[in-house]
Amino acid sequence: MLTKRIIPCLDMTEGKVVKGVRFIDFRDAGDPVVLAKRYDMEGADELVFLDITATVENRGILMSVVSNTAREVTIPFSVGGGIRTVEDMRMILKAGADKVSVNTGAFKNPELITRCAEEFGSQCVVLSCDAKKAENERWNVYIHGGRTDTGASVIEWVKRAAALGAGEILLTSIDSDGTKNGFDVELTRRITQAVNIPVIASGGAGSLQDFADILTIGGADAALAASLFHFNELTIKKVKNYLSNKNIRIRN
Amino acid sequence: MIVIIDYGSGNLGSVANSMVRIGLRYKISGNASVLKKARMLILPGVGAAKKGMSNLKARKLDQVIIEEIRIGKPFLGICLGMQLLFERSEEGNVECLGIFEGEVIKFKKERKIPQIGWNNVAKVQFHNFKIKKIFSDIPDNSYFYFVNSYYCLPKDKSIIAGISKYGERLVSVIVKDNIVATQFHPEKSGQAGMQFLKNWRNLC
Repeated sequence: MLTKRIIPCLDMTEGKVVKGVRFIDFRDAGDPVVLAKRYDMEGADELVFLDITATVENRGILMSVVSNTAREVTIPFSVGGGIRTVEDMRMILKAGADKVSVNTGAFKNPELITRCAEEFGSQCVVLSCDAKKAENERWNVYIHGGRTDTGASVIEWVKRAAALGAGEILLTSIDSDGTKNGFDVELTRRITQAVNIPVIASGGAGSLQDFADILTIGGADAALAASLFHFNELTIKKVKNYLSNKNIRIRN
Repeated sequence: MIVIIDYGSGNLGSVANSMVRIGLRYKISGNASVLKKARMLILPGVGAAKKGMSNLKARKLDQVIIEEIRIGKPFLGICLGMQLLFERSEEGNVECLGIFEGEVIKFKKERKIPQIGWNNVAKVQFHNFKIKKIFSDIPDNSYFYFVNSYYCLPKDKSIIAGISKYGERLVSVIVKDNIVATQFHPEKSGQAGMQFLKNWRNLC
């Protein structure tokens, strides 16, 4: 049977991992390839790279990170940040990524999802969606790295994206992100019920129980965390052992 | 020399990287004469069956592959590269290579399609020498990485080497003479996947 996935996320700028990496335990913590390889060895099921600055000037650096990672890791990984065109996506896949995530580019031009899915297959098109609660029972889609409220409903947008050909949803709760108070279970539950494609929940992981909750009550197919793993507050192994003891199916 | 068949439907880079990791020299090619000279062939594959078949035909590689398999060249089919070995796929209702009798059908029981992620593979037919070899040093029910909406239904059950479950049971590994094929992606399946590829190399 299929397992739930645990996914470390590497936020990068200018080819370095930025988000909360303390230079402890290993010398090259800021090097995404070193970190990626470590997570692979520790049992991560997949990796997510986000180029948070995503400027044209940094594209070359990103490409070399992608191709070096592809050489070093034995598990799938996705790359996102600033994807606007089919050609952007082709370049990243050609460098060795298995999937590409689209966010602002897809919201502004939903046809991008369909064109990428037709060209490369739905399995490599991940819709990344940043959600923030607007009022009761409603979450809005934010773009531009969480800076712009589009006013659009998250549930409607992910349903549409799935219909357009997205193969997976990477759902980040802006409200929970960085709080370590747990994933947004309610939001995630709504989304996993609304679409028939896998959902990766992101934002808020702080404890072992959080992972169990999002994968069971939230119905998420995968749980993503960044600083928690970078800081060594929790290891992937520890999370997996915990989930396994709770009879949640994981790869160990 | 291993040739990874380039027909416009594969994650060639990932497969090539995995060859480097297990210390094998490879060439990526869609040229019939290169395929004929190869000692071993890998047919990778992502995407739809219909496009995959038309890509193979457009490059006139379909007959070459059939012939090279027939003369006994070691062959590894991955994901779509496994599905294309059968007679027909429900995906686009397309006629495939027909090396094996049977068809490729869509998952019907699980809500979420495609299956994306890690699934366990149960070995079958332990007594079979080749199957024993291909799973050498891989514990039973090890996890491998899958991305598929369709799966193979072989008529000849004797070719089945591994079984997985996604709502329904699916054939995840087949072994027959010089042919090994997997529904999962060994090149993306961590240590188990690397070991599987090494075992394939040792079998050839």
